[in-house]
Amino acid sequence: MTPFYRFQFYLFALMAIGAALLFVTRKSPVSAALWLVNVMFALSGLYVMLDAPFVAAVQVLVYAGAIMVVFVFVVMLLNLGRPDQLPDLREAGARIGAGVIGVVLLANLLAVRRETFPVVELAPPIDNVVLPVAESLFTEYLLAFELTSIVLLVAIVGAVVLAKKRATV
Amino acid sequence: MMIGDALIVSAILFTIGVVGVLTRRNAIILFMCVELMLNAVNLSFVAFAKLHGVGGHVFVIIVMTIAAAEAAVGLAIVISVFRHFGAVDLQNLKLLRR
Repeated sequence: MTPFYRFQFYLFALMAIGAALLFVTRKSPVSAALWLVNVMFALSGLYVMLDAPFVAAVQVLVYAGAIMVVFVFVVMLLNLGRPDQLPDLREAGARIGAGVIGVVLLANLLAVRRETFPVVELAPPIDNVVLPVAESLFTEYLLAFELTSIVLLVAIVGAVVLAKKRATV
Repeated sequence: MMIGDALIVSAILFTIGVVGVLTRRNAIILFMCVELMLNAVNLSFVAFAKLHGVGGHVFVIIVMTIAAAEAAVGLAIVISVFRHFGAVDLQNLKLLRR
């Protein structure tokens, strides 16, 4: 565990948390979406540091590249008006409840941290980063893979049906 | 490897997502908070893949696919809500409460 690795790890972690805080406090959906893209880039850096370069590439391509584009596209499509006219926060009771739930959840999740995890060294660099993932995906998890394709098909049909203009409303 | 630290980052991101879902009223930002929660869980999967083999990476890819499907259907619902109410404010969705 070199100091350089440690520094990079905490840098990406702080980037992710800071960008997430900025994301959740923005009022305009577009700036929130761009901060969320920032979170996803920082997370893909963390994936590289955790020996998952293929997942990092997919994260940038699919999440930052495709899903967030859909979000920004919908924001542009809807013509929501100026940010100061947008709905922002729920009433005070819901906010206090959310704060309490957030603190309890964080305490719960951090309690898991009291478990000590074994120290695993960085794997030596390998040439083919896709092969282990692909082998596992197409043998052990083949059923999940096929079911995912059915879910995607249903989602496409559902999205088209839901977003279509109805003749009579 | 700092698996515990990655899990802490994951926990913090997940909590930020939960608080965002519970406090915001804009439906689009709500969906983005759900995406943030899915991302936090993905980070845990990748961290645990260090201990338990490459299956975690496979699960991350499947979660990403499901997230894409969820975003498509959810945003279609947002579009149809916007057509009906002229706003994406979740306070409008009270028809079933009467």
